[in-house]
Amino acid sequence: MSERAELLLGIADDELVLGWRDSEWTGIAPFLEEDVAFSSIAQNEIGHARALYELAAQELGTTADELAFDRQPEEYRCCRLVELRLPDWEHTIARHWLYEEADAARLERLKASDDPEVAGLAEKIDREEVYHRMHAQMWFDRLKDEPRFVAAVDELRPLIDVRDGHSPELTELWEQMTEVRRSQPAGTTW
Amino acid sequence: MIYEVFRQERKGQAFQHAGSIEAPDEQFAEWYAREQYGRRGESTALWIAPREALHPIEDFVDELNRNYHRVDGYPLKEKLKEARERASRAAAGDR
Repeated sequence: MSERAELLLGIADDELVLGWRDSEWTGIAPFLEEDVAFSSIAQNEIGHARALYELAAQELGTTADELAFDRQPEEYRCCRLVELRLPDWEHTIARHWLYEEADAARLERLKASDDPEVAGLAEKIDREEVYHRMHAQMWFDRLKDEPRFVAAVDELRPLIDVRDGHSPELTELWEQMTEVRRSQPAGTTW
Repeated sequence: MIYEVFRQERKGQAFQHAGSIEAPDEQFAEWYAREQYGRRGESTALWIAPREALHPIEDFVDELNRNYHRVDGYPLKEKLKEARERASRAAAGDR
């Protein structure tokens, strides 16, 4: 696999898995407005994943759906941070903020890429991520003096760079995520 | 805090009340308002105001029942009906 495809898949997997985890708050976020907002962020992340998978799929001669759902859990390239099932809001916001910070730096690098397709997609994604960052920063500013939040940030921060091997939680998530697709014969069109 | 959100559908049109949102401060209110009333291209502009900033007026005194100040005080329908009847009687009398 080319370096480019590996790069695209790594980011796409991060966005898909994080989008899936964030969507677990739909219906149970702390209050209604935040429920709508956070669900929308989750949807955006999955939209970004699709665009990234599509770009990789063109190169690899496959489809976005196959890349997203037909690989085995150990083939995913997402970082440890996004795969965890987080039980509370302070950890969720800590992850959201840490991820957006790291994602911003990554998008800046991609926007400067010599590859016009990669740079163009990064531009597009970044225009939505601006709002995610605003959202993450608002929450950060609000919670930054809460000891529970500070502890959650410290606890999760190192996990953003862990990409070798996955936690069992990714396998659990993969089983849920691909359940419907696996229940149908291969080659089913959706 | 409750914020009231007003939206303008197209440039030049009057702003209309879109709804109310609950948010801890103005920054959150802005984010939630964008999300709920602007994300699908349904608005060209939004106004957000804390509910307390609005000055409500709910009492309108009309002790002497001066309904002639109101345009709806003039029952045009009845008057038109009478006029039509007069006109048709007059037309019948001509024959």
